[in-house]
Amino acid sequence: MTTTIPAPAPTPPAPATAPRRVGGGLLDPHLLLTALPDAVRKLDPRAMVRNPVMFVVEVGAVFSTVSAIFDPGVFAWTVVVWLWLTVVFANLSEAVAEGRGKAQAATLRRAKTETTARLLLTGRVASAGERVEAEEVPATQLKVGDRVVVEAGQVIPGDGDVVEGVASVDESAITGESAPVIRESGGDRSSVTGGTRVLSDRIVVEITAKPGESFIDKMIALVEGASRQKTPNEIALNILLASLTIVFLAATATLQPFAIYSGAEQSIVVLVALLVCLIPTTIGALLSAIGIAGMDRLVQHNVLAMSGRAVEAAGDVNTLLLDKTGTITLGNRQAAELIPVGECSHALLADAAQLSSLADETPEGRSIVVLAKREHGLRERTAGELPTAQFVPFTAQTRMSGVDLPGRRVRKGAAAAVMKWVRENGGHPTEQVGAIVDAVSTAGGTPLVVAEHVDGRPARALGVVHLKDIVKQGMRERFDEMRRMGIRTVMITGDNPLTARAIAEEAGVDDFLAEATPEDKMALIRKEQEGGRLVAMTGDGTNDAPALAQADVGVAMNSGTSSAKEAGNMVDLDSNPTKLIEIVEIGKQLLITRGSLTTFSIANDVAKYFAIIPAMFAGVYAGLDKLNVMRLATPESAILSAVIFNALIIVALIPLALRGVRYTPSSAASMLRRNLGLYGLGGIVAPFVGIKLIDLLVSQIPGIG
Amino acid sequence: MSDTTAGLLQVGLLLAALALCYRPLGGYMARVFTSERDLRVEKVIYRLVGVDSKADQRWSAYAVSLLAFSFASVVLLYALLRLQEHLPLSIGMAGVDPALAFNTAASFVTNTNWQAYSGETAMGHLAQMGGLAVQNFVSGAVGIAVAVALIRGFTRSRTDRLGNFWVDLVRACFRILLPIAVVSTVVLIASGVVQNLSGGTDIATLAGGHQTITGGPVASQEVIKELGTNGGGFYNANSAHPFENPTPFTNLFEIFLLLLIPVSLTRTFGLMVGDRKQGYAVLGVMASIWAVLVVAVTTLEVRHPGVALQAAGGAMEGKETRFGEWASSLFAVSTTGTSTGAVDSFHSSYTGVGGGLLIFNMGLGEIAPGGVGTGLYGMLVLAILTVFVAGLMVGRTPEYLRKKITAREMKLVSLNILTMPLLVLIGTGIAMSFAAPRASMLNAGPHGLSEVLYAFVSASNNNGSAFAGLSANTDFYNIALGLCMLAGRFVPIVLVLALAGSLARQAEVPRTGGTLPTHGPLFAGMLGGVAVIVAGLTFFPVLALGPLAEGLA
Repeated sequence: MTTTIPAPAPTPPAPATAPRRVGGGLLDPHLLLTALPDAVRKLDPRAMVRNPVMFVVEVGAVFSTVSAIFDPGVFAWTVVVWLWLTVVFANLSEAVAEGRGKAQAATLRRAKTETTARLLLTGRVASAGERVEAEEVPATQLKVGDRVVVEAGQVIPGDGDVVEGVASVDESAITGESAPVIRESGGDRSSVTGGTRVLSDRIVVEITAKPGESFIDKMIALVEGASRQKTPNEIALNILLASLTIVFLAATATLQPFAIYSGAEQSIVVLVALLVCLIPTTIGALLSAIGIAGMDRLVQHNVLAMSGRAVEAAGDVNTLLLDKTGTITLGNRQAAELIPVGECSHALLADAAQLSSLADETPEGRSIVVLAKREHGLRERTAGELPTAQFVPFTAQTRMSGVDLPGRRVRKGAAAAVMKWVRENGGHPTEQVGAIVDAVSTAGGTPLVVAEHVDGRPARALGVVHLKDIVKQGMRERFDEMRRMGIRTVMITGDNPLTARAIAEEAGVDDFLAEATPEDKMALIRKEQEGGRLVAMTGDGTNDAPALAQADVGVAMNSGTSSAKEAGNMVDLDSNPTKLIEIVEIGKQLLITRGSLTTFSIANDVAKYFAIIPAMFAGVYAGLDKLNVMRLATPESAILSAVIFNALIIVALIPLALRGVRYTPSSAASMLRRNLGLYGLGGIVAPFVGIKLIDLLVSQIPGIG
Repeated sequence: MSDTTAGLLQVGLLLAALALCYRPLGGYMARVFTSERDLRVEKVIYRLVGVDSKADQRWSAYAVSLLAFSFASVVLLYALLRLQEHLPLSIGMAGVDPALAFNTAASFVTNTNWQAYSGETAMGHLAQMGGLAVQNFVSGAVGIAVAVALIRGFTRSRTDRLGNFWVDLVRACFRILLPIAVVSTVVLIASGVVQNLSGGTDIATLAGGHQTITGGPVASQEVIKELGTNGGGFYNANSAHPFENPTPFTNLFEIFLLLLIPVSLTRTFGLMVGDRKQGYAVLGVMASIWAVLVVAVTTLEVRHPGVALQAAGGAMEGKETRFGEWASSLFAVSTTGTSTGAVDSFHSSYTGVGGGLLIFNMGLGEIAPGGVGTGLYGMLVLAILTVFVAGLMVGRTPEYLRKKITAREMKLVSLNILTMPLLVLIGTGIAMSFAAPRASMLNAGPHGLSEVLYAFVSASNNNGSAFAGLSANTDFYNIALGLCMLAGRFVPIVLVLALAGSLARQAEVPRTGGTLPTHGPLFAGMLGGVAVIVAGLTFFPVLALGPLAEGLA
């Protein structure tokens, strides 16, 4: 499956003005065929009764079949066939939606092969070198709290937390991402998932989930739709559809006495045809497919929602709490500016900064090299080009790194450490350096001082490298979009308020919470919720768990601890916090699709009346032929065309139901205007055209035209 | 002055008068229902009845009080009608038959005022003044109370209390209906409407026969008949009778009275929810539907294609020459759009499509602008339905006036919207299925069907106007229409109160940029569209066989 969602920034750098469009997976026509047997199987009335609208159609189809048996004819049988097709098409939409999930479930099942576990008998943490007695048991017999040993090449037998060791783990079975990830005891990267494979080293895992309730089991159940429950909005919509069905049932049933009085008694087949055309079959048929496809779209984005309710809540979110690091800013600070001091030129400072960073493989070090190249045109040099150079690596004691060249030594590091080095080598740092360092700190950045010591001269400070948080590209536009959608964004950071404010302003978030503790986060969520707002957040650590549970939409990172995953109602397998924004959009798209197709379905009825009512009664009241505005050929072709249109529109809209209607983030009013025009007015006009076209074909059939 | 100029002047005058009263009356009514103070007369009443005016009621207690009050009203009125010959001021009228007495009691308590009798030959002065007129006041007040309770559902949060039914009822009567009625009665009397307690005057007619002309407290009754959107005439001919409605001025004044409170209540609504634009939006929808129908019906009547009719200047059959097509159409659309049911012309004689539009106007659920209170809550229920669909289309759990529309609200709204169509369709269906009810029709063909349909639409919507041409004083119609009136009134009321209770319990949702604005023309247009499409889809088949078959022939 492909998606049209652009990857989160920085690639590709979409122009800020181009409206983004949220799409979904495309429909594979092959799926329609493979889903057909399932669609027929779903004709079982016990299953159909869960969908009141389509159940009425099925009952009507049964009645008209009986009627056609006793009073056969080309018209009656053609209508009967199309009535049954209407039901089958409705089931088809659901079967197709489920089919996509089943394919994903099959992939997951393959990961869940029977594994054996090496259970630690003592149950205590083994210290290094100590031999531990372990016993082979089937993975299905593991209990919560058991500890198992997993070594390179083995499959982790169940969900749990690493309590000892560090290992690289291949999680491609669930995330589809082939690059291995590191899992280690302690910290926020301790959770492992059953069915994933340890690639190197050895870890001890404490099991946290019962067999059958593991993450992978939940995933299978979710994508298969086995545990699918109707969401609150779906229930409300179903109530509306059921009551519309009742009204139309009454309108059709009471039409017969009026028809008899008027001298135009109608056959069962015609009455059922009218009923089926009037009740909201289009949305009734597609409703469950829309719901399944919504969950499915999340799965395609590698997000697992534990319930449809959570997806719906995502569409309603008023406040997004976003962690600064990794979500709003790139994970690491980067060099943004080189500020020379004294007589030192920009070029000299850039050269020195680059030299001292060549051996520095930290992201900060790499960013200095990149900056020197980008801003000052310095070609990147490899260590091999400087055979005489001796690189001095960064250590926690010296807090600097650098390079020793013949006759010249360059150092770069924390301000205090480098200044000390300058003084030790006979130099006298100017006061200018201190002022720049303070200014950079105040602005929320991290200052690194670069200094050199040329033989025979006192050491001197060359300048300052300004390291700062780099806001991900495109974030400001996204937050503007959020604001238009009525969603407030709040940045959460451990930084001091000054730094936080600087970044918040640069990123364009509405608010920020600085020096945030887990308690602060929790208090903020409570406060927002008391004001009637729905809050969404992401988190990965154990200390995020209470807040994740409290938030209306809590997205846990798959790399996080199992308690975090347990507390949230969604898990992002890619561990990409920015995805929260996409989740909100998918939630909205789900509701919009439902609303738009409901409007379309009801708007369709207008044209159907103009097709069927004159067909039924123009025989007795010639004046009613004036209502036949489409000039349909005969009464039979008119009724048949309406029924055929009604059935075909379901198939035609299956791709839309699965993909979701087009959604461009914008204000409520403009979204309503667009969708009302498209699906309301379009829903009134489309069937006039469609029914007329079908009539042109159908009227060629002998016995109908 | 040509008919057109006169007609346009009348419409202009009517709109100007309504616009003039909109703000002061709307604001006054908002104050009436938010004030903490009781008047002295009210305190006396509360003490007599034993009501604690400071006690807030849950929606269920509110509903039970309302139902108990209405049930007692039906029983009392029924007894009064049955026993009227033994009571004073009967002016010789006999007791009313059981079926007719039930029908009439149900009719007046439900604010319908369907009359299967002729006022001047069946009702004594006590029945008119002590029974029917009293119900004209209190049934109107009940409607206003329910609307106010629903508004409180929106304005209150995290509470299960909706106010006090008895207080709302008494205030609506004493502070709103009575004062306006007294002033308006004087206006009508001054304009020539009869007001006395005469037992009737015998006169010799030109043809040499004898006729008894009944007088009575007509003006006082006429005012509350319009003001409370009741519609029950003192005389069988209703507002077409020169004693009830003698001049074009009184005609216009009566139209003004029947639109006055339903229109102004939208202002009350806007003020109470703290956003006047919300009131304008609702009023805009009401006014648009009303305006479209006035134009359509007037055009159809004036441009009637018949040769004889054109010679007479339009479809004048069944219309009074002192009013003409313009004023008659204006009255007809206003009376079917409110739940009034007073008539100054005979709807049966309207052109086929024109008569169909009057049925359709009632079939909308009487929301343009609707009965006192009922029009507002009927429109708000439709607004919730609209918000639900529109809200989904903008990708949020729908919300209206800061309250979420969840499955519970939708259940109540759906049942509410179901009630009236089911009553109409099933009632008409049963009537048309049996020979006896069919025998009451005075016309064959589509017009006959229209007569029966009109009766059930009118009863189920608590309108009360009759198409004429249907002998409705039979046991079948008396009982069937009586049941339709009761169910058409009280089922929606209970559902609306439950809805109010459910809304009041919710916390308020903050307004954000993602909130669907419900005060703009876009939403108002959609609301109007939903109202028309829902009613249109429901009634199109039967309208096709009745009025449309007749009109398009």
